[in-house]
Amino acid sequence: MIKAIQRLDHYLESFTAFEKTAAGQGLPWLRQLRRNAFARFCEVGFPTAHDEDWRFTNVSAIAQTPFLLGGNNRARPLQLELEPYQVPGFACQLVFLNGRFAPELSSLGKLPVWLEVSSLADQIVRNPGVIEPHLGQYVDIRRDAFCALNTAFVEDGAYIHIRRSAAAEEPIYLLFVSTANDTPTMGHPRNLIWAEENSQVTVVEDYVSLGGGTAFTNAVTELVAGDHAVVSHYMVEREHVHSYSVSTLRIQQGRGANIASHSILTGGALVRNNVHPVLAGEGGECLINGLFIGNGRQHLDNYMLVEHRSPHCASRQFYNGILDGHAHGVFHGRIVVHKDAQKTDAKQTNRNLLLSDDAQIDTKPQLEIHADDVKCTHGATIGQIEEDALFYLRSRGIDELSARRLLLLAFASECLDRMKPGPARTHVEALINRNLLQMGDSAPDLAQDLSSSEVERNWSEIG
Amino acid sequence: MSLLEIKNLHVTVDHHEILKGIDLTVDRGEVHAVMGPNGSGKSTLAQVLARRETYQVTRGEVSYNGKDLLAMKAEEAACEGLFMAFQYPVEIPGISNAYLLRSALNAIRKYRGLEEMDAMDFLPMLREKLKLLDMDEKLMSRSVNESFSGGEKKRNEILQMAILEPKLAILDETDSGLDIDALKTVAQGVNATRNPERGIILVTHYQRLLNYIVPDRVHVLVDGRIMRSGGPELALELEEKGYSSMEAEARSTASV
Repeated sequence: MIKAIQRLDHYLESFTAFEKTAAGQGLPWLRQLRRNAFARFCEVGFPTAHDEDWRFTNVSAIAQTPFLLGGNNRARPLQLELEPYQVPGFACQLVFLNGRFAPELSSLGKLPVWLEVSSLADQIVRNPGVIEPHLGQYVDIRRDAFCALNTAFVEDGAYIHIRRSAAAEEPIYLLFVSTANDTPTMGHPRNLIWAEENSQVTVVEDYVSLGGGTAFTNAVTELVAGDHAVVSHYMVEREHVHSYSVSTLRIQQGRGANIASHSILTGGALVRNNVHPVLAGEGGECLINGLFIGNGRQHLDNYMLVEHRSPHCASRQFYNGILDGHAHGVFHGRIVVHKDAQKTDAKQTNRNLLLSDDAQIDTKPQLEIHADDVKCTHGATIGQIEEDALFYLRSRGIDELSARRLLLLAFASECLDRMKPGPARTHVEALINRNLLQMGDSAPDLAQDLSSSEVERNWSEIG
Repeated sequence: MSLLEIKNLHVTVDHHEILKGIDLTVDRGEVHAVMGPNGSGKSTLAQVLARRETYQVTRGEVSYNGKDLLAMKAEEAACEGLFMAFQYPVEIPGISNAYLLRSALNAIRKYRGLEEMDAMDFLPMLREKLKLLDMDEKLMSRSVNESFSGGEKKRNEILQMAILEPKLAILDETDSGLDIDALKTVAQGVNATRNPERGIILVTHYQRLLNYIVPDRVHVLVDGRIMRSGGPELALELEEKGYSSMEAEARSTASV
């Protein structure tokens, strides 16, 4: 058996210890949820390249590292270390260390009665009945071993609940800090966002690292959007290069709900970003917007699964990738249109810029359409910085390095322009600008690459 | 010292010789028209002068304002006051026209040791030039040339020229594809920028543009060589007879 070589034994130890003391260990439904998930994880183990959904991403580095649950077994970072991560304009800021809520580092501010923001562990202890109908109800542990693993260790993360017809003007900021040092450390943050009918809210999940050790962050967010709810969700992955990050955003949309998912990946050694919206109610709309920027030997995998289950829904996927060095990007865009989802309008676009000869992108559209009256389009492009545009800018007096940066920013701005103006967009815009300015620095090699190769200067349609 | 002095310029692309020994001198305040049939090397000449690196200069020299132009990069040439209006202006999604104009102007000012121009000073100047070219201010917040009509793109080139105020302007087939009204507007824009310090090279296939921008000298480029030079009357002669007699002449010279 292939699975036998994976080191799952220490997960059993971790789970046994975890289960005894975890919040809500006395709740039968929660215990069952954890045990079923762990059993499922043990049954399938980590995915391999034989699994079609993992064809381009090898997770053996995660499977072979004996990670221990992070949390209280290390000195917590000081407020000072987290200062660079303070961002203005947000309603509140919750900080999580290795997936566990750190109240002393968080500022909850004064929230209105219709907006509840707390740690999930807190809810499990105080109001288990409120979360039971949602927690684990949407994520499919049978489909994804990482979701099973997260659910096995479900305990803490953010809990956000916004009441019917309420609108939160300021976004909610969640900062997830991995703090591995000598011991490889894992965290399984689990977030539940429940936006009731006709409510509006924006949530930012920001993943960062402190400490130089190997960290594994395996996050799951369940976003439940009631009828006509409007939710913007931002996921920012900017951990350091010894980090493994797997995240799943599972969106359940009611009738006429309008959801925007924005993913910005700039960090991490091995990143898998799953976005899985289910348009369950009629007339729902979903924007799935993303930008991934890779350098060095980073591996950034974006796996989209958009499920249309009801008629008259629209989904828009736009992912842009910028890859330099030996970075490897993946875009897997799967659209499933169920039998009754007539008048579906699904669109998918993946555009990629490769800045070096060794950078690589695998892009794969996958449409499964079981209804007969639908509109589905997909397209992918792979290109380099356009020589004509570069020369045009230079011929106007702008030096080559600045011109390159300008063109990268322009490419990234396609994604930024899809975000509503506000503190969340301002935050990610600053991150992207900073990141791309560093990329421009490696341009001198690139100049030679471009002038020596005449082929494929321009965008080439491959989809 | 002339503004531009080209001596025996030979240029190849992919081992194919396009320019086979060009001599051309342009003085300050002069307008020169370079005419010729398709494939004669007109655009290559313009691009080499604008310092496009895909062209290889195999022989000859170009002195611009007393400096070696062939030693300059594109951005240096631009900062030294050389401007080329593109035959096919490039669309750049994600960068606004206004941003490009101000970045370009400030890059050039910085090179010359001048202070950068802030938005307060820039806007009134931009508005004045927009008026000159009969352009809508709304175009400035749109991406560079993106979904512009052919006429708008060409006007946009002349707008950039009017703002950057070059010492030497090379207009590469700025007239091609323009209807007569757009042609007049563009010509009016160019004429407004004529002054005793500025040299202009008009690269064109047809004589029509020269009705509106009257050149001091006309050169006919055929098969990589200047076959004839003369006054404005040469353009009229060409319009009447076409390029074929000169092309035949070029062939016989080549075979000798």
